[in-house]
Amino acid sequence: MTEHFADVYPGLTPRLVIGKSGSRSLSLREEIAAGTYAPVATGALIDQLEQADLRGRGGSGFPAHRKWRAVRDGAAPRVVVANGEEGEPSSFKDRWLLTNRPHAVIDGLLLAAAAVGADRAVIYLSHPETVSSVRQALVELPSIPGRVEVELHVVQHRYVAGEESAVCRSINGGPALPLAKPPRPFECGVDGHPTLVSNVETLAQAAWIARNGADAYRALGTSASPGTMLVTLGGACRRPGVYEVPYGLTLGQLIEDCAGGLSNGIGGVLAGGWFMGVADASLLEATWCYDAMRAAGSGVGCGAVTVLGHDERIEEVVARLARWYVEESAQQCGVCVKGTVAIADTLELFSRGSAEPDALAKLARWGTTLQGRGACAFLDGAANLAGTFSKIITSDRTMQPVAVE
Amino acid sequence: MKVFLDPIKCSGYGACADICPSLFAIDEFGFAQLLSDGVVAASDEDSARNAAVSCAENAIKIEG
Ligand SMILES: Cc1cc2nc3c(=O)[nH]c(=O)nc-3n(C[C@H](O)[C@H](O)[C@H](O)COP(=O)(O)O)c2cc1C
Ligand code: SF4
Repeated sequence: MTEHFADVYPGLTPRLVIGKSGSRSLSLREEIAAGTYAPVATGALIDQLEQADLRGRGGSGFPAHRKWRAVRDGAAPRVVVANGEEGEPSSFKDRWLLTNRPHAVIDGLLLAAAAVGADRAVIYLSHPETVSSVRQALVELPSIPGRVEVELHVVQHRYVAGEESAVCRSINGGPALPLAKPPRPFECGVDGHPTLVSNVETLAQAAWIARNGADAYRALGTSASPGTMLVTLGGACRRPGVYEVPYGLTLGQLIEDCAGGLSNGIGGVLAGGWFMGVADASLLEATWCYDAMRAAGSGVGCGAVTVLGHDERIEEVVARLARWYVEESAQQCGVCVKGTVAIADTLELFSRGSAEPDALAKLARWGTTLQGRGACAFLDGAANLAGTFSKIITSDRTMQPVAVE
Repeated sequence: MKVFLDPIKCSGYGACADICPSLFAIDEFGFAQLLSDGVVAASDEDSARNAAVSCAENAIKIEG
């Protein structure tokens, strides 16, 4: 994976991947020429986000306007946090954005602070290259009348550290581990105040909408999934990288047209990061939008897609991923500790060909019964892996991988 | 009335499932599980409150 390679869908006028800045940041002068930090009224920004139907790019796809409005309607003081932790191992888009266009994120964070009436703004990071690019950007930040100070909060990299309650807990001086809900951060987050935790790409998209309007945003994508999204295409494709794509094309088209197609046939797909579990090759025919990806048993998530080559044994891949869940669990919830181990042990036996006869039935059951059980959604990811694997392992397509022509 | 279960605090003692089996069960891993979205029927309100009070880990929260 070339970490910082980025491009746009062929022929698309880019919104975020401007300058194709692959290996270097856009300078402050270039950012200002592109409209970043230009004064703009924020009184109607939340309504614009609603018209645009902007959805969170951190993985949940939650409508941005609802969260922003909930924070604005909470009692002052309020806090906004740009979540750039990017704990998802198969995603690189937030790192690309933070290293190449840190000002686009800071701009979005300042507009969010103005729109919800926050007097504190924090950028939450873990990857060292993003810490230096953002630190540099903060040094050269132009003086904007009335803007809040922007703080940097750096945390040790870990998957659960990017979960929103872990984000607030860490900023509050505690460990970067999730808390039980309720309350959620929009009610009680940093210092106990209403806190907007938003993914860095969501903020950059919101800034684009503030400057260009909701109609312009909706000019690309589909009516139910409007706009563009940063996706990370990786694994067995010819040109892995971060791509700005419109919603509404098939996943196969995205891989073909952006990433140069499959490099080793297709044995399966992990879409929506690792969180949505595993899918067979038929997922390439599904449309890349929230509804169709969900209907196909997967999800858009944070936009990361890993293609598995035709000779990768899916049983081994899922067993490895399941063990990763055991290691990354915050080990706070009894059901997560036991549930992830049960899933990993079962998948490991399956991979070795020595699973009990009821192994698939168990995996299918955990795919449902372990949903929503942890303090955070981490365990849902492990449950998705168990559930999706149990479904596809019996399908013909998985048993007969397609070799590359 | 709505109940919330804190999965970090729950240690699986099972008092909730004994006292209010219509809302709580102990799952195959030994931890409490909500049997619904947490909304409590009027007829269950007393036993739900009892379950919350009886939880040694204070893992059950009641709103409304
Ligand atoms: C285990 C776990 C890890 C997460 N890690 C991240 C992360 O690294 N970055 C991120 O933006 N969101 C992450 N999220 C989602 C956040 O909780 C939160 O929904 C998101 O930051 C909100 O931003 P958005 O509404 O703009 O998507 C994670 C969620 C879970 C359950
Ligand atoms: S569900 Fe798992 S990862 Fe999430 S808080 Fe509980 S133990 Fe930690």
